[in-house]
Amino acid sequence: MSVSASEKTYQAYDPVLHDTETLEVNLGPQHPSTHGVFRMNVKLEGERILSLKPVMGYLHRNHEQIAENMSYLGSMPYTDRLDYFNSMSNNFAYALAVEKLAKIEIPERGEYIRVIMAELTRLVNHVAAIGFLLNDLGAFFTPVLYAFREREKILDVFEETAGSRMMCNYFRFGGVKRDLPEGTLDRIKKIVQEFPPFLDEFEALLTKNEILCMRCQNVGVLPYELALNASITGPMARASGVNYDIRKVDGYSIYKRFKFQIPLGKVGDVYDRYMIRILEMRQSLKILEQAVKEIPAGPVLNPKYVAQAKAPRNFKPPKGEAYGRVEAPKGELGFYLVSDGSAQPWRYHVRAPSFINLTVLEDLCLGHKVADAVIILGSIDIVLGEVDH
Amino acid sequence: MNPQDVKAKLEAQFPAIEIKIVNQGLAIKPEDLRRVAEFLKESDEFKMNYLSCITAVDYLDSLESVYNLYSVDKRIGPIFLKVRVPRSNPKIPSLFDLYRGAEYQEREAYDMMGIVYEGHPDLRRIFMWEGFEGHPLRKDYIPEDEDVLEWQDVEWLERHGVKVPEEYKEFARQLKESGKEARAERPKAAAE
Repeated sequence: MSVSASEKTYQAYDPVLHDTETLEVNLGPQHPSTHGVFRMNVKLEGERILSLKPVMGYLHRNHEQIAENMSYLGSMPYTDRLDYFNSMSNNFAYALAVEKLAKIEIPERGEYIRVIMAELTRLVNHVAAIGFLLNDLGAFFTPVLYAFREREKILDVFEETAGSRMMCNYFRFGGVKRDLPEGTLDRIKKIVQEFPPFLDEFEALLTKNEILCMRCQNVGVLPYELALNASITGPMARASGVNYDIRKVDGYSIYKRFKFQIPLGKVGDVYDRYMIRILEMRQSLKILEQAVKEIPAGPVLNPKYVAQAKAPRNFKPPKGEAYGRVEAPKGELGFYLVSDGSAQPWRYHVRAPSFINLTVLEDLCLGHKVADAVIILGSIDIVLGEVDH
Repeated sequence: MNPQDVKAKLEAQFPAIEIKIVNQGLAIKPEDLRRVAEFLKESDEFKMNYLSCITAVDYLDSLESVYNLYSVDKRIGPIFLKVRVPRSNPKIPSLFDLYRGAEYQEREAYDMMGIVYEGHPDLRRIFMWEGFEGHPLRKDYIPEDEDVLEWQDVEWLERHGVKVPEEYKEFARQLKESGKEARAERPKAAAE
């Protein structure tokens, strides 16, 4: 890995040297590099970016209002559609918020299954995010297919537990929908064993790859202060050195029992964001290893709430409000709920991580070339279902 | 964090301030928001340097903006700040220059709930398109009824050779003459 080579590729923008006509270009909304229906209104001088305004809302469906007109449990399957790569962690955050509101306890085995599912989701997300980042770099679909091969094994686990590969709808208030089927735990153990060799192979291909280093190092640098000030969360903030992981800070669910570390970046460029995701996957595997070993027997759903899962309109949390948040693979995913004592939430708000992480997109892209804007967007790792609510 | 302690400390700092505790949150007046946020962010005791979430709630008689503050350095939080403004004049000072993270979230709250954040440099709609009327998350907002055939729909259908039943046609004509738009009824929820 040669750092000096990559430093040459980036020069600070100097308007005197590049005195050409400015050009306004719309990147998107229909473009493979925008990861969905997302538009970037870019002003260019030559190939360098002078300003960049993101335009979103193409997938807006007023998720919040729809949820406000539904029973609490009714919007559980709808949270799957926010960040459709990680339906399990969306379920997790929503269940956590409602459980805070109604003060519901979760049985031990239910907690373990939740953590296992959330960490498997993190693996799915990070491996796919890296694959697509490489796609944006021009390594067309080879890394993505390696990533998807591994992702598919985890999706098989989701399918046999929840009944669906992506739209899992697996969590219930007070636990999870059903217990793990026979043999699934062994399958998860096998995945945990086989994943590190895959990661080694993946890294052997990518981490020291000269093209990857040159394209990613010192590109889209997010300084520590800005990351903090702009409410950036998740791997993106940690790549900039912000030591904030809600699993450690809040210790929600049973995360306090597991031993794992929080990887932090130094520079905060695209390369660090790539590297942090790889390191986080290794830490997730550590959590999975412990969880699979320690998981106790017992009920998975609080017996008081088994009937509620069948008659959702009878579930009426007391008046009040609650904010539940989890460390989703993309950052802090929070649900803010206000209850008026009826069967529907009075207010339901989603704090979507990839929406807020987009705040700094312009700052990251200024002075870079158009091709860099594409990989910077890829390294933020957005999902438009979540951005547009 | 215990809201009682935070309230006591804020009252010691700003003697004339009015603070009420509502469901774990501190309800303050809009004119106090900026100095309270600045104090919480800068003081060594709190160091609330991470504004996690801004949202707005419609309480029928008033609109409320809710701020969730955390501290990354001290790992404490949350402190919920709540600012209520009347529906007729919903203006709240913006926290944009204190927290960049407010940029998109204030735009979202403006778009969805119609709260005007004064001092925001670029307060435009973010999800709805330019020229959209109304604020969809307010409780009195009534969405357009997509199931009703309007006159232009009838015309379009007939142009494409579809026979429209006479009763639908009559309804669309009446709707056009009355100058109203077809609006769906929203299920009514109980007030707070």
